This record gives sequence, structure tokens and C-alpha cells, in this order.
Amino acid sequence: MSDKQVIAFTEGKVGVIQLNRPRVMNALNRQMVAEIVDQAEAFDRDENIRVIIMKGNEKAFAAGADIEEMMKETPLSLEMADPFSSWDRLMLVKKPLIAVVAGFALGGGFELALHCDLIVAAENASFGFPEVKLGVMPGAGGTQYLTKAMGRAKALEWIWLGEPMSVQEAAHYGIINRITAPEMVEEEAMRLAVQLSEQAPISVRLIKEAVNKAVDTPLMEGLYFERKNFYMLFDSQDQQEGMQSFVEKRRPTFKGE
Amino acid sequence: MSQEYETILYRKESGTATICLNRPEAFNAFTAQMNKDIIHSLRQAEKDDGVRSIMITGAGKAFCAGEDLGGVDEKTNHAAFLRKRYHPMLKALKNTSKPVTAAVNGTAAGAGMSLALACDFRLVKPDVKFVSAFTGIGLIPDTGFLYMLPRVIGYAKAMELAVLGKPLTGKEAFQLGLATEMIEPPEWEEKTVQFTDKLAAMPTTAVSLIKRYMIDSMHEPLDEFLEKEAQAQRIAGATADHKEGLAAFKEKRTAQFTGK
Repeated sequence: MSDKQVIAFTEGKVGVIQLNRPRVMNALNRQMVAEIVDQAEAFDRDENIRVIIMKGNEKAFAAGADIEEMMKETPLSLEMADPFSSWDRLMLVKKPLIAVVAGFALGGGFELALHCDLIVAAENASFGFPEVKLGVMPGAGGTQYLTKAMGRAKALEWIWLGEPMSVQEAAHYGIINRITAPEMVEEEAMRLAVQLSEQAPISVRLIKEAVNKAVDTPLMEGLYFERKNFYMLFDSQDQQEGMQSFVEKRRPTFKGE
Repeated sequence: MSQEYETILYRKESGTATICLNRPEAFNAFTAQMNKDIIHSLRQAEKDDGVRSIMITGAGKAFCAGEDLGGVDEKTNHAAFLRKRYHPMLKALKNTSKPVTAAVNGTAAGAGMSLALACDFRLVKPDVKFVSAFTGIGLIPDTGFLYMLPRVIGYAKAMELAVLGKPLTGKEAFQLGLATEMIEPPEWEEKTVQFTDKLAAMPTTAVSLIKRYMIDSMHEPLDEFLEKEAQAQRIAGATADHKEGLAAFKEKRTAQFTGK
């Protein structure tokens, strides 16, 4: 048996990270999170990869954290181990991250999905923060990400009650991008990833950066930032190719240069 | 191994699982245990690859007389009652991917009528009665009744049945399109089995996908539905049954579907 808790492979320009602890519904432990983040960073550096997909299996994306691992923690042991710092590195990944969610995305699993840029969810997907039922609370960004995604009132309700959120509810609040048949979730996510991988890569990258700015900087700062990124794109071959192909009425081919 | 249930009889024969409500002395009225048994038996049938069609029927004279009113009094919290007992049963029925046929052998009253309405097909004897007994005791028809009935027979007729509560005979139900087949009592056993076995011999994945998405089409915008249609057809198009259907068509023979 391999010690690796994630499987990584590529399909064309798409890098796939598969969470692989099926016997425990992909419950997240520190090693697994570290492997996920390392792999995401490796794909981020790989110039053949344009989009990164993160997925679980048909029963679970990730059903929470490894409770046994956490039971023995003390405030100081947590402070010294700093288990959530690796999550911060996920935010620095420049390429699009797509979470593919079938079945459960609970607790840390939901947080992991919320760290991704887009979420493609199967009709049977179920999200939620059940931490409150264990006498704790989300610790890997749940209160921040969910509140930014759906607003304070609804975020409080979900995190306080810890109830499962259906895909319809998640879609209603704009948390997920696509709902698919369970049998089709990987194929549809790949279709989206391929579509995204054909866009001008530098545009995609700078758009992500600018949109992220909108989440927590004052408007003027965000606008200036957007402007700089916009200007920067005029130094790319893809900008010339894009505009030239528009004038010539043909499809552009983007190289990411 | 056939699991034993307290309030129902579960049996499997040639692709069809039959759930027979088995409290004939009480006209098969629901109890909390029966709600649970129905949910568990639906799950059992769902998990069993050998089951490709499900029939729900009643033992004795009645199909199901609805809630046993003996346990209902002024202290009953009706909302909690529905959330705890009836709604999980209704959802289990809707989440069962295999087609469910109500073989309405006798009176279907109150939530018993709702149960029949929530099934995918209904078979009736001409003289059976569907009774929405709810307004008679000052309640609204529940367990999905108001959701399902207008979808099956249209708003005007549904309003009539829900408010006026006039019993509907099997024959009338058949004429309204509420029942798929009307079967004379002497032929009941044979014809109901024929019907459910016919369903069990169909391409089960395709049937499941129809069940999964057709109800959505009644409340979703066309574009959203069409996207579901595309995905569902992709799933059906990948089945062995589709391959077999195509081959049989070309070879001019009857297709032998396996449900795979």
C-alpha cells in the first residue's frame, strides 16, 4: 500500500488531484492537506498545466477532518504545529482551481472546496459545517469564506445549525457554479476545465488575481489593481493574437506568452 | 436473504420487489413502524441489482387507510409528525431510482392516497376508492398530495378532490388519467404482476433517468431542463441496454435488456 494520500495525473493541459482515502470518506488529515497543497503548487509551476481539478470519489469529496487526529490537541500543540498554514498556500495558487464535488463536502472538505475558484457539484452533493455539533467550529477558513460567499445572516445560520446544505441551496447562494448528474460530474468538470484551459492563460491568471482583490480591498484599490493588470496584458503575444484573430474573423490560439 | 419487517411483507420475484402493507386488521393504516419499514424496504430494493421494478400494495381489503387516527389528539404537533414520519417516507419514494407501481387493491384514504399518488404508476380495480379524508377532519391533504395531484391530473380537478374530498372510484381515477390500468378483480393478481414484470424487463437506467428528471421539468426553465436532458442522454447512451437496443433494432428482433 502506498503512503500517498492523493493521486495526481494530467489530462492534456489539466492537472488532476484526487483525494484518495476512500475508506474514511477522504477525511482530511495534515499529511493529506500537505500533499494536496504541494501538488497544487507543483501543477501551478508546471508550464504544461493551465487548469487544476481537485476531486474526491463518488461518495465524498471530503467528509470533514480526521477527528481522531484532532482529539489529542491542546491550544499550544495547535499553535506550534500551525496546521492551517498550509491552507494559506492554496490561496496563492495562480491557476484556476476547480473542485469537483460528489457526495459529502463537510467541515474541512467544504473549506477545501471553498478554497477552490469554481465548484462543480453533483446533484447528490451535500455541503455543510457540522463542527458546532462537536463543540468546535470551522478552523480552516469556513467562517470567512462562507460569509464572503453568502452574506452574514445565512452564513451564521448554516454554521450555527451545522445542517447539510443541498446543491440547490448552495447554487441559490452562488457558492457553486454547476450542478450535474452524479454520473456526469467528472466529465462536466473536465469539459469546463478544458474550456478554461483554451482561454488566454495570462488573462485567466490576471483575472483571478483581480477578482480576488475585489473580495477584500477597498474599491478604488481594486480598480487601480485591475487597471494595472489590464495594461500588463498588452505586453503579451496572446493579446496581439486575440485581437488580430478577432479582426481576421478566425479562432485565436493562445500560447500563454 | 429476505429481511423480515414488522408491518410489511417484502418479497422479490423475477426482477420485481413487492412491498405489501400488512396490517389488514387496521386496513393497513400507517404506524410509525410502517413508515420506517417502507423506507427500509425501499432502500433494500434500491440496493439490490436484481430488483428493477417495485410494487406497493396492501394485504386484505384495503390498500392503505392513511394515518391511524387512534394516535392523533389535540396534543399532536402535526408539523413535527410530518417531518419525522411521513416526509422521510415520501422522499425515500422519490429518491428510489427504480419505478414504483402502486397496485391499489382497495381503499386508499388520506396519507394512503398520498402514497399512491407519489408512486410512478397506479393500477386500480374499478370499485376501489380514493378518499382524501383530510378536509373531513379539518386538515389539509399532506404527504405530498398537493404537490403530486395537480401535476398528475391538473389544477382544477386536483382542487376539487382536495377540497371537496368526494371519493373517487378506481374507474373514475382511470378515466382521469390517474391510473395506468384498470383491472377486473378476477384478473388482479395476474395483470398486476404482468405490469410490474414488464417494467422490470425495461432498460432500467433509462427508466430511472426519466423518473429522476421528468418531475423537474414541471418547475424548471427549459434551458435548465435541456442541460439535464443532455447529461441524462449521455448516461443512457453509455449503457449496455442502449447497445442491445440498437443491435436488436438492426437485427429486427426483440431487445433483451439487462438493466445495465
